Amino acid sequence: MNICIPIKQVPETSDVKMDKETGTMIREGVASVINPLDLYAIETGLLLREQHGGSVTVCTMGPPAAAKALKEAIAMGCDEAVLITDKKFAGADTWATSYTLSEAIKQVGSFNLILTGERATDGDTGQVGPGIAAWLNLPLATYVSKIDSIAADGIVVERLVEEGYQILEMPLPALLTVVKEISNPRLPTLQGKKKARAYTLRTISAEALALDEGKLGLRGSPTKVVRIGYPKVTRGGKLVKAVGEEALNSAVDTLLDFLKEKKLV
Amino acid sequence: MSYVWTLAEQSNGRLREVSFELLSRGRKLADKLETKLCSLLLAGNVSDEALRELIARGADEVYVVDDPRLNKFVVETHSNVLADLIRRYKPHTILAAATSTGRTLMPHVAIKVTAGLTADCTELDIEEGTRLLLQTRPAIGGNIMATIKSPNHWPQMATVRPKSSKPLPLDSTRQGHITRITMLDEHYDDRVKVLGLRPYEEGLAGIEEADVVVAGGKGMKKAENFGLLRELARQLGGAIGGTRDAVDRGWLTYPHQIGLSGKTISPKLYVCAGVSGSIQHLAGIKTSECIVAINQDPDANIFQVADFGIVGNLFEVVPLLNAKLENCKKEGK
Repeated sequence: MNICIPIKQVPETSDVKMDKETGTMIREGVASVINPLDLYAIETGLLLREQHGGSVTVCTMGPPAAAKALKEAIAMGCDEAVLITDKKFAGADTWATSYTLSEAIKQVGSFNLILTGERATDGDTGQVGPGIAAWLNLPLATYVSKIDSIAADGIVVERLVEEGYQILEMPLPALLTVVKEISNPRLPTLQGKKKARAYTLRTISAEALALDEGKLGLRGSPTKVVRIGYPKVTRGGKLVKAVGEEALNSAVDTLLDFLKEKKLV
Repeated sequence: MSYVWTLAEQSNGRLREVSFELLSRGRKLADKLETKLCSLLLAGNVSDEALRELIARGADEVYVVDDPRLNKFVVETHSNVLADLIRRYKPHTILAAATSTGRTLMPHVAIKVTAGLTADCTELDIEEGTRLLLQTRPAIGGNIMATIKSPNHWPQMATVRPKSSKPLPLDSTRQGHITRITMLDEHYDDRVKVLGLRPYEEGLAGIEEADVVVAGGKGMKKAENFGLLRELARQLGGAIGGTRDAVDRGWLTYPHQIGLSGKTISPKLYVCAGVSGSIQHLAGIKTSECIVAINQDPDANIFQVADFGIVGNLFEVVPLLNAKLENCKKEGK
């Protein structure tokens, strides 16, 4: 079972800063981590390898600094890591990103399964996984919470939908986007960290992929950011104390009046 | 004249409410563009009543592809059909719901038709002059609102967060036109098969679609205590949710999890107890219309975003609230 896992390096959610002029994220000085939702995909890949053999390759499209995220994935136990990096990729939206990643995956190897996180915690779109499946014409299951069975030629998965768990069967190769419920990500081991330090990443540029430049980066992205707004975070709501019997009673009454006034009860 | 399309969704032979929310969004855009609003339905076992209801909820046109092979959502087949319709009819805009279906289908189609797509929008407008769709969405855990457009690619495509708009009132006098379109065999992709559906325990509807969500966090202390919140949810007609802490401790199952690694919701009313309000949790609830929080700690983060907060012991507040709501109901009768 050869598995490819495209991951993303994201700023730690508690530490986000924006450039108010350009409306882009300030990445300098912000701690970067593997997208937390990609960890579930990595763990799923590692478990499948332990059960069925094969290898797990992680890849990411990003600046050279994204090598750190790939090394973390190696430290968790992934076998190979590929950094897809080029100034021409900068500013890519989900359309251009999924194009670049799908072309890179084609070049990196032949895979039975591609796993991605449900979405990244910064862009929050969840569009790149389905986009790669469309580019590569692979069967797709999104929001996968469980793999019921897997064999050389096919897979049965459960995906989380509004009514419950939908059970799908599909041939391999296929692409799955996974949710938290699927696995409990392991921590890197000391041995893994050592291996990661010694590991030399493979780097791929736009030229090496012989890509259509009109489909790359900001230029190749159909969507453009017009403006960034900063929503009011605090609502300045009413705060009442409910300590002691009398205060408790009046607090609950005030809440009920509030809800009635808003026609919520 | 190219139309504004909204993608209706059907489940078990019934239209989902979000189909009507999209029509209400689409109506405003179509009026501004002075074009028609078309509801598109790709499904099986479609009733005439459903098609008429789409008109009564704001559609001028209904395009329906009614085929048993579209009965269950399989992205490959739906994507083939939708991409073909886009190429044939060249709509100005397509809106779909940011549901498990819409968020799978739309990115797949956007690649095929080379269009820009914006995920999970909460505001939409038309730009004067250019007639482009301005798509506004929360990003980076709700810390920013990004407005996005696709200047050179058509159609304009967006998924829209469920519950972020209200359906138009039912107007059965509205007139509209229904077009039935035959699905082409070449669009059927039989690689993926739906083997079945395992419904959620307790028959609980998805929390993304609930008008009221009642949630608990670490402060609930143990699984049994969620009985208090279930009772409150019953009184308010809501669904049960929880923080990552509550799910990781096994008090609730994952489909109930709200926040960055769970679901993002926009209910009319969000009531939470014993929730401190981590950045990750707030990312999932920020677009709720009204937030009520009950927490012991007056400095808890959750009070920053609450419209109404009670500082107190939830094990005193919630039972009293339940009792008073019960009384209200009796008096009401």
